[in-house]
Amino acid sequence: MIRIGIDVGGTNTDAVVMDGTKVLAGVKAPTSGDVMTGVVDALKKVLAEADISADKVDVVMIGTTHFTNAVVQRRDLAQTACVRLCLPATASLPPMVDWPTDLRDEIGHHWYLAHGGNEFDGRIISQLDEAELLGIADDIRAKGIKSVAVSAVFSPVSNAFEKQAGEILARALPDAHITLSAEIGRVGLLERENAAIMNACLRDLSRDVIAAFRGALADVGFRGRFYLTQNDGTLMDAAFAEKFPVLTFASGPTNSMRGAAFLSGVQDAIVVDIGGTTADVGCLQKGFPRQAAVAIEVGGVRTNFRMPDVFSIGLGGGSLVQGSGEGVTVGPQSVGYRIATEALIFGGSTLTASDIVVADGGADLGDKSRVAHLDAALIRAARDRIAFMLEDCVERARVSAEPLPVIVVGGGSIIVEGKIAGLDLIMPNHFAVANAVGAAIAQVSGEVDRVYALAEIGRSEALADAKARATAAAVAAGAREGTIEIVDVEDVPLAYLPGNATRVRVKAVGELHVE
Amino acid sequence: MLNDARFPLQESDLLPMSIGAALLGTGGGGNPYIGMLRCRELLRKGATVDILPLDALPDDAWIGEVGGIGAPVVGVEKFEQGEECLRAMRAVEEASGKRMSALICAEIGGANSMEPLLTAMQAGLPVLDGDGMGRAFPEVQMTTFFIYGADAAPAAIADDKGNVVVFRHVQDMYWLERFARDTSVAMGAAAGLAIAPMRMDFVRRTAVPRTMTQALQIGRTVLDARAKRQDVVDRVIATTGATLFFTGKITDIQRRTEGGFARGEAFIEGSGDWAGSDGRIAIQNENLVLWVDGKPVIMVPDLIINLDLETGEPLTTEVLRYGQRLAVIGLPVHDMMKTPEAMKVVGPQAFGYPDLKFTPLTLGPMRA
Repeated sequence: MIRIGIDVGGTNTDAVVMDGTKVLAGVKAPTSGDVMTGVVDALKKVLAEADISADKVDVVMIGTTHFTNAVVQRRDLAQTACVRLCLPATASLPPMVDWPTDLRDEIGHHWYLAHGGNEFDGRIISQLDEAELLGIADDIRAKGIKSVAVSAVFSPVSNAFEKQAGEILARALPDAHITLSAEIGRVGLLERENAAIMNACLRDLSRDVIAAFRGALADVGFRGRFYLTQNDGTLMDAAFAEKFPVLTFASGPTNSMRGAAFLSGVQDAIVVDIGGTTADVGCLQKGFPRQAAVAIEVGGVRTNFRMPDVFSIGLGGGSLVQGSGEGVTVGPQSVGYRIATEALIFGGSTLTASDIVVADGGADLGDKSRVAHLDAALIRAARDRIAFMLEDCVERARVSAEPLPVIVVGGGSIIVEGKIAGLDLIMPNHFAVANAVGAAIAQVSGEVDRVYALAEIGRSEALADAKARATAAAVAAGAREGTIEIVDVEDVPLAYLPGNATRVRVKAVGELHVE
Repeated sequence: MLNDARFPLQESDLLPMSIGAALLGTGGGGNPYIGMLRCRELLRKGATVDILPLDALPDDAWIGEVGGIGAPVVGVEKFEQGEECLRAMRAVEEASGKRMSALICAEIGGANSMEPLLTAMQAGLPVLDGDGMGRAFPEVQMTTFFIYGADAAPAAIADDKGNVVVFRHVQDMYWLERFARDTSVAMGAAAGLAIAPMRMDFVRRTAVPRTMTQALQIGRTVLDARAKRQDVVDRVIATTGATLFFTGKITDIQRRTEGGFARGEAFIEGSGDWAGSDGRIAIQNENLVLWVDGKPVIMVPDLIINLDLETGEPLTTEVLRYGQRLAVIGLPVHDMMKTPEAMKVVGPQAFGYPDLKFTPLTLGPMRA
């Protein structure tokens, strides 16, 4: 199977061509203002380098920051209505209550509270009221709104009300996009509802972006299916991505970590992805990034969908080197993508981390004579400083005393020298385009997050049930049966609840089924 | 002079108050985030609430205590209809024939720091600067008010659907805890509880004083330290007089449910000054005991507070996980919580550690 992985980052668009598990070619092209020109450039370049024609390619996987950026920059967001099924509960806080004002103004602050919702144990708060929902639909129609998010209290325990309400609203508003919160987030009403509203307000944009990707791929002559990568390192096909654009948030760091695992063949490690400005550090467990446990803010809004637990430090190939001796600093300021013109080795006048490494003989890059004048003591001090910063972030990311290896990827990897924190260092082939590789090898997942009463069914039965549900969800998402693995199991007892109520989360992943 | 210390709560107080309350929650008490948002909404709609010192009201004024009761995880999914505590308080007024002049917090730690403020805004009452714990504890009877003889009845519990249950005759605070807990589960594990009116002279004698301002001060310190990029843990210690007892990284967390409580232990590998040492924290919703190299060094009712080593964020026991780096600081609880009567209810023995002898912490120096 020939596949292409593309990672659209802020600075570069990376692309790789893979034949099975072999990387045939990998390239970087600048990300363009309109995104698509950069994607087409990268595609053409990588196909030429691999010497393969586009019609021989089976699938294309794309990782993109397009939707995150739309929210962060408050552009191309649709007017959206939120309908929460809850009454009489939760009336004390309306939807979007914790949003930044500018973002809320952008999508209109249209919300409705209606009857429905469940208690923690599945009991019903109140019955759904169809007439009430039809009245809300009339109001939404009158306002000309075409994006609707539906949330319900404890919908992760029972999503029946959200489904029913979604159907009623869809019949009344046939040309509206409807997003159900249980399809996106976990327990935590405001955060899950926030994610659903953000998804809904991105639906017009996602339709356009998917169409543009489709067009870009057709332009180079590709005729197969294409997928987008999600923030958990797995895939969604284009039609699904159009419905759930919000699931692409934070897919970039995930792709680089997955790519690092694949290229190195190591499943448990610390991954350091070094770019021009920052190093993203995370922990790889069974080939997947460890997930963050707390609510994550996107564009100033708290959400609770799965995100990789990755943190960034201001250290990259373009980091400014300032001061001397013990006082030398590296970063957080950086020349970023202007490294190609501003670093000393490229004829510029700014001393960067890359210059130090080249002067020290650590890499052969640019014009070495331009850094020949650098003081040996400064070079040593700067390299020690870089080593200390890397060591500190790797220490922070470690989850056990086990001596896990460190995999270093990304274009800025040359700044690493020797071991980090005494741990074995792996710099795999194609390290500079690891994120595009991560996109190319992405798998398909299914996840459940439910509360079980262990007094009634017992822990092992509850876990078995959750695993079966997660597996079924993965198959429904396109995973091939027989390749599915349970990669994450977590059970947390809930305080003060009877019947040993326990929240169980299980995630299953499998290989993409390509016919 | 007496009334001069009265101050109105401002919107800008809410974030520091919630941070301080989370820290005084010693790992439990629920997240004050939802309550903070609710307070903000009411303030923006024009509601007001004054914080009063404990000497501002006459001896014969009646004081109410309200708070949320249920499961914290339910509170973040099914938050309040909004008037649960108000309905419970009105029911207590009706049953007792007494009108409240002010409200007071049951516990300043965690989510319940916000409930009396909300109810007070709705009822047009002030809130006293103090509470019944000076921290967070898991059960209704664990307040100074009950320890020192507050009436257990009439009390009332109200849900989001308009159901109100009045406990007209209960034998003591333990029976109230049992009935209220079971009723809250029947109500969907999130309800508002109001206890019997207390006379102001009794409250003045038994409340832990100035804890509202303490929470505010701690929160302001945390925010100021972050803004100035100072070490948050150092600043919190300097402001509160707390002592740093351990720094390290969590290497294991064991959890189980016992009698409805999330119990467990966190194992910490020492770092910095504690490199080579082992820390262990026992948890029952809140942090109960810290051992360092097998020796107990802080225990209930003194406050064991876990802060994220980098951000200074207070860490609740549910978010503790493998690999997290934390600082464990200890803060002495108010003397009101250390008498023999109080020890029976909130000492290490009451939490199932018969062999631990309570050795009280002392307050370190406080600097600006």
